[in-house]
Amino acid sequence: MKKIINQPDQVVDQMLKGFVYANGERVKRVPNTTVIVQKHKEKNKVALVSGGGSGHEPAHTGFVGKGMLTAAVAGEVFTSPSPDQVLEGIKAADNGAGVLLIIKNYTGDVMNFEMAKELAEAEGIVVEQLIVDDDIAVEDSTHTAGKRGVAGTVIVHKILGAAADLGMSLTDIKALGDRLVKQMKSIGVAMTAATVPEVGKPGFSLADDEMEYGVGIHSEPGYHRTKVKSSASIAEELVSKLKQAFDFQNGETYGLLVNGLGATPLMEQYIFLHDVEKQLANEDVDVAFKKVGALMTSLDMNGVSLTLVKLEQDWLKLWQHPVDVTDW
Amino acid sequence: MLTVNNTKAWLERFADKIKTNKAYLSELDSVIGDGDHGNNMARGVKAMKEKLAEGDYVEPEEVLKDASMALLSKIGGASGPLYGSAFLGMSKQADQDSADIHAIVKAGLDGITKRGKAEVGEKTMVDVWSPIVEHLEKGTVTIEAVQDSVEATKDLKASKGRASYLGERSLGELDPGAVSSGYLFEAMIEGEIIDE
Repeated sequence: MKKIINQPDQVVDQMLKGFVYANGERVKRVPNTTVIVQKHKEKNKVALVSGGGSGHEPAHTGFVGKGMLTAAVAGEVFTSPSPDQVLEGIKAADNGAGVLLIIKNYTGDVMNFEMAKELAEAEGIVVEQLIVDDDIAVEDSTHTAGKRGVAGTVIVHKILGAAADLGMSLTDIKALGDRLVKQMKSIGVAMTAATVPEVGKPGFSLADDEMEYGVGIHSEPGYHRTKVKSSASIAEELVSKLKQAFDFQNGETYGLLVNGLGATPLMEQYIFLHDVEKQLANEDVDVAFKKVGALMTSLDMNGVSLTLVKLEQDWLKLWQHPVDVTDW
Repeated sequence: MLTVNNTKAWLERFADKIKTNKAYLSELDSVIGDGDHGNNMARGVKAMKEKLAEGDYVEPEEVLKDASMALLSKIGGASGPLYGSAFLGMSKQADQDSADIHAIVKAGLDGITKRGKAEVGEKTMVDVWSPIVEHLEKGTVTIEAVQDSVEATKDLKASKGRASYLGERSLGELDPGAVSSGYLFEAMIEGEIIDE
């Protein structure tokens, strides 16, 4: 393992210190917690709180600021934060108009955030939760913990963050979020696995000439391992999976996100986006917004994910709403 | 029956077993999960041990409650709420009757199933807790019985938690949460808490 770190068990604390040093104008850390909160909050606006295990930077701290998240709670690497930390995040974020928790659908995250919600409600704070499960690599069946929450979570931050900034109520934001999550699907591919600092070796091994479709953002296994393919061929596979899942209809409008998983250069992300564009040109659907970049990473995993979201009429406006965050 | 001293000794022994087997637990977890169970549990039991060393306890349920809070806030992931809920359940039951170990452990199991919604046979810690509750009821709990129930998770297919994404590929592997739960019960038996 080659990493620029000190003690492996101190990575989260030291990362947050660096983050606050760089972005102290916009955010602050709640003392003795792993909570990053907006410095200049606006009264009577619904607060959005997200978080989860660390190792997905810039998610979620990089999206704290006006127009996106009010607070983010960081857990240990790939490990959900505990209920007491999430509770601190809820309390720090609340502007008096209620709090929406945005949770990626992982067993640990859901349990810890739900316990925090119960604790916050006991303190008189109105809290709703939204579970994001956009990864279509995993079947949603009773035999698994359900579809996973991956890069689409950042789109949720953007669209709901705009809605909150425009003064929408907690009930309406929650309803919008429920519709958004249903209309958003992601799928990824990995060339290498991520190495957790405290573990010191990759989460799974792929031969030099192999890649795997459908790997999760904590190196969970995907659906198909194969020899390394060209960008065009990967785009064809991922778009066809999404096409099938959405059942594309003529005239629909979509937004798309090409997300780097950590170690894939932006050059390759653009090459892949160009191949996605060519695939989508064969379909009679519009693409109203495109976003490229490493927004929901998996430490040093080499790979990309592709997210499509089927847009309702007024969502483009929310997408374009200005933000003041570190990493959008 | 549980006393302050034997409860503390039990949990300290549990903490030592986790510490000794930290790398092994993470190794098991990297096969069917995300490779952090050993590190997470080690962080949790370290905090628990420090908290128990500071405490001035009168009743065993206070020891269990402090253990619950330390584990809940320091383990993280899914194991934090599950162990936290188990110890909280045991604490509440010990407050009712500190002599009935079967009822106490059963309350711990109830805490886990309520939080995690897992049932027997889904390759989770429930597959150790549940048979141990039965053994405690019948008075047949032994180290071998604990190890057998841990070992039996190899034959189960995961349908809860992150291992569920492996489906068939989880067969033949031990469940890390079952193994760490096994240490808890080995420590309990070695601590001679259970009355003959």
